Amino acid sequence: MSTQPILSIRDLARRYGAFVACANISFDVWPGEVVAIVGESGSGKTTLLNCISGRMERSSGEVRYRMRDGRFPDLQDLSEAERRFLARTDWGFVHQNPADGLRMRVSAGANVGERLMAIGDRHYGNIRQTAADWLERVEIAAMRIDDKPVSFSGGMRQRLQIARNLVTHPRLIFMDEPTGGLDVSVQARVLDLLRMLVADLGLSVVIVTHDLAVARLLSQRMIVMKSGHVVEQGLTDRVLDDPRHPYTQLLVASIPEN
Amino acid sequence: MDTSAPLLDVSSVAKSFTMHLRGGLRLPVVANVAFTVHPGECVVLGGPSGVGKSSILRMVYGNYAVDAGQILVRDQTTQEMADLATGDPRLVLDLRQNSIGYVSQFLRAVPRVSALDVVAEPLVTRGVERNVATSRAGEMLERLNLPSALFTLPPATFSGGEKQRVNIARGFITDHPILLLDEPTASLDAANRDVVVAMIKEKLGVGTAILGIFHDIPVREAVATRIIDVSAFSAREAA
Repeated sequence: MSTQPILSIRDLARRYGAFVACANISFDVWPGEVVAIVGESGSGKTTLLNCISGRMERSSGEVRYRMRDGRFPDLQDLSEAERRFLARTDWGFVHQNPADGLRMRVSAGANVGERLMAIGDRHYGNIRQTAADWLERVEIAAMRIDDKPVSFSGGMRQRLQIARNLVTHPRLIFMDEPTGGLDVSVQARVLDLLRMLVADLGLSVVIVTHDLAVARLLSQRMIVMKSGHVVEQGLTDRVLDDPRHPYTQLLVASIPEN
Repeated sequence: MDTSAPLLDVSSVAKSFTMHLRGGLRLPVVANVAFTVHPGECVVLGGPSGVGKSSILRMVYGNYAVDAGQILVRDQTTQEMADLATGDPRLVLDLRQNSIGYVSQFLRAVPRVSALDVVAEPLVTRGVERNVATSRAGEMLERLNLPSALFTLPPATFSGGEKQRVNIARGFITDHPILLLDEPTASLDAANRDVVVAMIKEKLGVGTAILGIFHDIPVREAVATRIIDVSAFSAREAA
């Protein structure tokens, strides 16, 4: 067992005036672990993800991240440049809508290569070869490397977004409903890819989803949110097979076959 | 290691379900569950349907929470007894990785993943090279008479008996010192049932501690070293 968490959240809260979007949130993420945050729309799960990933300011609380050199600073105490470097290299963010995570008017190859250039790669041939390798890993034909994502299907765009995120070998990936907008058959393919890549690369992941089947397939640990608060958390199969909180029981009872 | 020391030591375990969607209805299942399982023993949970056999198995695997009691599991890595009942998720995951395996009644098929990969996965996650793991998986499936044409297909469309054989192969491919079996032979024909009985005996021969549910009487008679009547722990009457 790895002895130190890669991410540690303590008493995190985000308020809008008197409205509490999320509060009293504390949990750790350990290296190689996938943590799912589930709950219905409006439960505060996306706000939580945005606060953790530094895309939104929190109102209070701590978010600490284990840097490659072993330091464990609160993200708020990093300089803007350090934060941006983390976001470009150590972290990934997979959006529900691929258009939010891709540049739709540049080629697929450039979408993947751009992240490499951001970390200092300058050799055009290498960048193109790495981009081609990653397209293949996410099951996009290499001949599509010069095509723009606007010409891709939804599933392909999502797979391209995944490749763009993983090419820099990040350690921590945030995902916001990564299969949310996809047809069921396309969803299965994207999920399977995520499952394999996460396992092969030993990634730590925080994934927000309202789909309990996605949580079961990908995560080891699950956090259930309602009205901005954590109502239950634990081992994913335990929470799903033996839910204790009334809201979790309602969620689990609401799916046809789990 | 002292071979007479138990690998699994369950004491004072109680379990009930509170159904919040049914007005907080409380359903007691079992109470004061206590037993041990030693290396090379096959302890069978007996008793009528609904008495709580599967619930006990699921608690021992950490899949169900317990209301009270201890479930001490010998940690294969440290050789210490670790309490799975009160342990955090990481402890449970770690024990599942190295110390305690579980063959459920039904295979939970993952879309697009081939039977071979389903079976090989527990070895791969324990660091065995993929091609080695896959060839071991193939041997297991062959032994269980799964037609080789099915090896590369996802089990979603397999028959009940075929899925169960994939599930058994996956559960038996590792060398977990404790193995939990929930009716592994329920949908198998006689020939495959005999294969599973032989596989269970081999596990016992190398000192694996097995805790299982077998409704199939010939199988139970062939493998059980001890039968525990779960009715003795039933909490249903107390409701």
